[in-house]
Amino acid sequence: MPTATIAGREVSLNDEGFMTDPGQWTEEIGATLARQIGIDPLTEEHWKVIRFLRSDFDAQGETATLRRVSTVAGLATKDLYTLFPGKPARKMAYVAGLPKPKGCV
Amino acid sequence: MTTSEGFIAPKFDQDAGRKLAIICSKGTLDMAYPGLIMGNGALQEGIELHLFYTFWGLDIIRRKTVDKLSLTPVGNTAMRIGSTSLAMPQTLGALPGMSSMASWMMRGKIKGLGVPPVHEFLTQVAEAGGHLWACKMSVDMMKLTKEDFIDEVEDIINVAEFLDLSRDGQIIFI
Repeated sequence: MPTATIAGREVSLNDEGFMTDPGQWTEEIGATLARQIGIDPLTEEHWKVIRFLRSDFDAQGETATLRRVSTVAGLATKDLYTLFPGKPARKMAYVAGLPKPKGCV
Repeated sequence: MTTSEGFIAPKFDQDAGRKLAIICSKGTLDMAYPGLIMGNGALQEGIELHLFYTFWGLDIIRRKTVDKLSLTPVGNTAMRIGSTSLAMPQTLGALPGMSSMASWMMRGKIKGLGVPPVHEFLTQVAEAGGHLWACKMSVDMMKLTKEDFIDEVEDIINVAEFLDLSRDGQIIFI
């Protein structure tokens, strides 16, 4: 399993590049990962999503789907597509240092 | 891909330019969902989406019927009792109220999975950039007009227009 130094810390990544240990994540790492996929800078709206994903993962043990972010955190679907364009669910999980969501909606 | 900072990052642009067109020809509650789930999933992967509603599928996008879709156990040999392998007896399925009960149960199960009701799902798909179309021939046959459809429906189009829209895309028929 590859490891890399991101924002000064040693982290484990899977073959795709997603972090495999959410415990290794820091906000600085999140900002670096975002920059790598062209999201720069992270606005307060981005952070709202990332913080929700992190706390929801702690509580539920799995990454929230887009639908869950929208209904539970109260963020409009449309905005999520704007904040994390292209592949919103995967991109937000990536930046938050979490696995890709398993749910379908 | 290895990034400028020397670590691998996922390829998030793999599906750029991909296009999916789903033809939805059935109007029952259970058959409304496959197109919506797959279409919504495609949008989340950055794939352009066109949902083309035709024939009975028009019920899914009609104002008068979108919230009243149902399913019947009659003729459906895959309808089991609970999680057993026992088939629902066909005569039981034909009793008054059984379709309403089956529809009510399915709505509950769908809700339990965190999946939205049909109308809300259509709105979500449209907000995410998905395109909803009604089939001209079916609309004419059923003597409907644009006003009969929910606001998210962009237009009534014919086969040639559908083929233009779905050019170089993948087409799924439901």
